[in-house]
Amino acid sequence: MSAPTTPNVAAPASSTVQTLTIGKAINMGLRAAMERDNKVIVMGEDVGKLGGVFRITDGLQKDFGEERVLDTPLAESGIIGTAVGLAVRGYRPVCEIQFEGFIFPGFDQINSQVAKLHARTQGRVKVPMVIRVPYGGGIGAVEHHSESPESYFAHLAGVKAVTPSNPVDAYWMIQQAIFSDDPILVFEPKKLYHMSALKEPVDTAATPMPLFKSKVLRTGTAATLVCYGPTVKTCLEAAETAAEEGNELEVIDLRALSPMDLEPVFASVRKTGRLIAVSEAPSEASLTSEIAARVQQECFYSLEAPVLRVTAFDTPYPPSKLEEHYLPDVDRILHAVDQSLEW
Amino acid sequence: MSDMSSAEQWTHPGEGDLPPATAAKPTKEQVIAGLRATTEGGADLTQLLTPEGERVASPIFDPYVADIDFAALRGLYKDMVIVRRADREANALQRQGQLGIWVPLLGQEAAQVGSGRALRPNDMAFPSYREHGVGYCRGVSFKEMLGLFRCTSMGEWDYRKHGFHPYTIVIGNQVLNATGYAMGQKFDGKVGDDDGEATIVYFGDGATSQGDVHEGFVWAAVYDAPIVFFCQNNQWAISEPTERQSRLPLYQRARGYGFPGIRVDGNDVLGCLAVTRWALEACRHGNGPVLIEAFTYRMDAHTTTDDPTRYRLSDEVETWKLKDPIERVRVYLTRNGGADASFFEQVEAEADEFAADLREFVFNMEDPPPERIFDNVYAEPSAQLEAQREEFLAYLAGFEGGEH
Ligand SMILES: Cc1ncc(C[n+]2csc(CCOP(=O)(O)OP(=O)(O)O)c2C)c(N)n1
Ligand SMILES: [Mg+2]
Repeated sequence: MSAPTTPNVAAPASSTVQTLTIGKAINMGLRAAMERDNKVIVMGEDVGKLGGVFRITDGLQKDFGEERVLDTPLAESGIIGTAVGLAVRGYRPVCEIQFEGFIFPGFDQINSQVAKLHARTQGRVKVPMVIRVPYGGGIGAVEHHSESPESYFAHLAGVKAVTPSNPVDAYWMIQQAIFSDDPILVFEPKKLYHMSALKEPVDTAATPMPLFKSKVLRTGTAATLVCYGPTVKTCLEAAETAAEEGNELEVIDLRALSPMDLEPVFASVRKTGRLIAVSEAPSEASLTSEIAARVQQECFYSLEAPVLRVTAFDTPYPPSKLEEHYLPDVDRILHAVDQSLEW
Repeated sequence: MSDMSSAEQWTHPGEGDLPPATAAKPTKEQVIAGLRATTEGGADLTQLLTPEGERVASPIFDPYVADIDFAALRGLYKDMVIVRRADREANALQRQGQLGIWVPLLGQEAAQVGSGRALRPNDMAFPSYREHGVGYCRGVSFKEMLGLFRCTSMGEWDYRKHGFHPYTIVIGNQVLNATGYAMGQKFDGKVGDDDGEATIVYFGDGATSQGDVHEGFVWAAVYDAPIVFFCQNNQWAISEPTERQSRLPLYQRARGYGFPGIRVDGNDVLGCLAVTRWALEACRHGNGPVLIEAFTYRMDAHTTTDDPTRYRLSDEVETWKLKDPIERVRVYLTRNGGADASFFEQVEAEADEFAADLREFVFNMEDPPPERIFDNVYAEPSAQLEAQREEFLAYLAGFEGGEH
């Protein structure tokens, strides 16, 4: 089976290297895409003058005008449903959902039209649209502002999903998603948007990594951690601590949530024999379930311990004063590593 | 009353006044200033007390506030002062890190107190997330409401006792829920005479774009549900002025669904009380639903995380300051001998005390225990979840035993 193709996003001739946060990198990526193709339009609640509640679209309306950066009426079904029509008409809409908890009024459109038009018409109707979804917790918010609903969308055939964990990926992924002919959800780890500790140089002349590839971020032999989005940072910290205790962990950033690129995970598990999948989403019927199922199938004879999962609990997101208990942290990850090593 | 709730009469007084079929495009400056969204309420605005404190006679609505003597008006005044003081205190508590976020109601005191005081104990109110003033009128303690904003709970007050449903954050969801509740009141035979029950549901101008709100209108119309749709048009949905949601004044939408719609001065507590009583009465008698658009203004930021200087001019806020809901009642009471200086001083002192008590409480609020995460996910326990709870508690206990 060949790997999913990655849309070709070429670097512009005049390139710069800038040190950016994830949030600013997405902003720059959106800007680059809008400059390259005037059919790229941004739409959502408060994305114009305000620049979005997270300021990810800051300055875009000022520079590209109200026809290309639309402050829409307050209705997610409307945002996604009209984006479908615009895409059919030849636009490349980029929808912003204000917080993941508010995507559900638009779920019908995503499930019934966005995901199905291409297959229904045997490719005659393409829906090249992007849905940007700030997701994840750890920001001390009220209800519906901290969830991780990505598994619903991975479960849904016909849409793809990716998530950046660093500024370089953030800059390129949004552009690759925009210029793909498939509808793609970009899940953006909101807790990391403005974290200056994650700032890194982004070279706009570099060749981007393919969109649907996972990436080994740290090599090790004791056990493998697979993670994505907001938990990548936590897993790297856990690996750091484990190394001090003499256990070298391999850390893999999934990057693509649907389709997943699990070959590097299989290769790693064949080496380490142990896998811990980490996610902020509840575990029941989730991406981590999928990883566990596929790994046991592909790596059955290499496994020294069952695939373990460090996730949120199977409960609604709690009042955020309790989120530190609900979300995977370094301690819980290391606890799972110990369990795996002691198996 | 039946003639009063005729759609013809209430959705549009006179033909010819209809807005142009195509709204003219506003200038950039107008949009920035939100001017199109914030012009005067227009000829259709129902108002009993002007911003200058003049009582306007209304043959239709005066009967609904005939019982409001000076003492009762002083009561409404006090409600508004206390609610505002509590709001400002909560805002300050957020700034001091005691609350995760605060959703201010500043400027909307009259809309909330006027409508809240129109309700009877058996009525049911469904708030969105800004209706602390309505909650206060329903007897819910501010202390209970603050849990949501301190992120220690999500609204655990006794909704039945207070007739005040938990807050709903997802825009528009509660409009359908409230409609269903009102259908239940009707199915239970609680509608039809003066003792009938009714439901009121609160939502904003931005919310009027959501499918849930439109569906709520349709359901309520089809089932003659006894529900008052109370839209606080505070001119802004975060950074978007009302013109991003509608060409038509919002109250006029009711006509398309086949029920009455009315616009009231949302900064006039007497007007809000009268119009809401009128609408609830229509509902009690089986002549619901009714849409009320309370024309008001969000005087503060959307929430404590918002920065309104990015999208609206301070001139606009200054203009609305002149329409303050509390000041006009003070002027009216003073000018007409309804209250003297000592009354106002006493109210201030009570408000100070209220705020100090709230502050003290918040500073001493405890976090919920970690196992609260697993509580009440289901009415009937799930073995899978119980196992997770046990595993989690054992893990936590491991820290105490120095295991981790
Ligand atoms: C379905 C949904 N989408 C988006 C949001 C984010 N959001 C919270 S409040 C708000 C604006 C609401 O405006 P309005 O209805 O006028 O009420 P107001 O806040 O002005 O009282 C938005 C977009 C949400 N809570 N729910
Ligand atoms: Mg509003």
